[in-house]
Amino acid sequence: MRTKRFVLTFPPEEVESPVIYHLVKEYDIKPNILRASINPREQGTMVLELNGRKENLDKALDYLKGLGVIIESLGQDIAMNEQRCIQCGACTGFCPTGALDYERPGMKVVFNADKCIACELCLTACLTRAMEGRFR
Amino acid sequence: MPKTIAEINERIKQGKAVVVTAEEMVDVVRKDGPAAAAKKVDVVTTGTFGPMCSSGAHLNFGHPTPRMKMQKVWLNDVEAYTGLAAVDAYIGATQLREGDPENSRYPGDFPYGGAHVIHDLVAGREVNLRSTSYGTDCYPRKELSTWIRLSEINEAVLFNPRNCYQNYNVAVNASDRPVYTYLGQLRPRLGNAYYCSAGQLSPLLKDPTYRTLGIGTRIWLGGGVGYVVWQGTQHNPGVARDENGVPRTPAGTLTVIGDLKQMKPEWLVGVSLMGYGTSLAVGIGTAIPILDEGLARTAGLSDEELSAPIVEYSDCYPNMKKSPYGSTTYAQLKSGLIEIEGKKVPTSSLSSYPKAVEIAEQLKSQIFAGKFLLTEPVAPLPGPESGIKFQPLKVRERSNDDIKLDR
Repeated sequence: MRTKRFVLTFPPEEVESPVIYHLVKEYDIKPNILRASINPREQGTMVLELNGRKENLDKALDYLKGLGVIIESLGQDIAMNEQRCIQCGACTGFCPTGALDYERPGMKVVFNADKCIACELCLTACLTRAMEGRFR
Repeated sequence: MPKTIAEINERIKQGKAVVVTAEEMVDVVRKDGPAAAAKKVDVVTTGTFGPMCSSGAHLNFGHPTPRMKMQKVWLNDVEAYTGLAAVDAYIGATQLREGDPENSRYPGDFPYGGAHVIHDLVAGREVNLRSTSYGTDCYPRKELSTWIRLSEINEAVLFNPRNCYQNYNVAVNASDRPVYTYLGQLRPRLGNAYYCSAGQLSPLLKDPTYRTLGIGTRIWLGGGVGYVVWQGTQHNPGVARDENGVPRTPAGTLTVIGDLKQMKPEWLVGVSLMGYGTSLAVGIGTAIPILDEGLARTAGLSDEELSAPIVEYSDCYPNMKKSPYGSTTYAQLKSGLIEIEGKKVPTSSLSSYPKAVEIAEQLKSQIFAGKFLLTEPVAPLPGPESGIKFQPLKVRERSNDDIKLDR
């Protein structure tokens, strides 16, 4: 069993399809919707955690691709611009998953993309706008 | 046997001075005790890097042809103060860009302000200079729009009226709505806490009664050399202090000055505080001569021994009421959780500890290399016994005594 997180972009024509139902029913996947913005007849986006056997995950992703869903792994969606970051850690108190946290005792601020759920709370908590995201 | 600053400078020149950072001094004092530490160590370097709103730069642009009395000046659309001679201006860190929606779309974003202009100048970026004037016989030009670089203008002097706060509040929010403050976004019902101090590395916490630091003291400022020119605005040395003389609440402040042209962009960074405004993150470091045991003891104070008051920012702070939550230590704040009324509250900092360490290390290296000598203050800063007290503003009618003077 493995767990992976993705950002899915749905084409307008698939927004009203019960896609998540198919993931469960046909591919035995446990989906966990972390964030979603789905509106009738518009492009939709979703941050989705998928848990299942590797071959089922691969098949499920093929199914999604067949629908015209753009699939990107979540790690690429939120990024820390190290040049801009001033290492204060103002973001850490806002990050709900601990993806942004201090490395104690030196208090260096680290971003662990694997833990990130792209909630984007860090984007405005950051004083220097060093956290960059695309999912809105 | 007490040392003098002159003796320490002699040892620096001979390459014999023992210099440690304030963080390292904590271990030295813990291990050897303050008396032995005073014998062993000559200089302790400190550092801090965090938002300091009362910061800005004096600029002289030189005259265009024909000459101009620049009555209004904007740098990248951020207005600079020009109530000075013809081509002088002061750009303040918190000045917002013309047309910024401010908090009309609450909470405002404040993406760019005077602080960002200062950063762009130091980073060598070109900045748009726009100016208008009414024109005079000697200064006939009425309009100007051009581009400048820091290297092209005559003077650029960082002049910060209030930096380097000695201790600061820990901000929390007890209300049911989020509040947006100069100490960051505070979640409702004590959802988080922000602090803003380098704690055991913070300059004024390590010489708490200003024994070695005063007017004329050379400091590390924005990656270059700076000087203390005066106590900062709101300098409030008379607050309650602990047994080491360390203030329990915000107390002393510094006015600092330095040549912007020799500073570095990574140590002067424009910041945006959601719902509040812009500010400038400033890097400052000091070198404390360890003249005696007392100075060794305070320079070696640890995060466990330094405390900060917890202040409520939805009602108590804005309305000048006393906060009911007491205080906590910097060690507790750095652990990531403090406890308030039985509730575990996550903490984070607006001041960068790793950058404070880097400043103290840089200053240490400069002293080792004989490039930074210590200074004897020209005059001391007002201390705890000075009677100087930070006053609130009384909102009142004009007095009869003053009205009489009109006649």
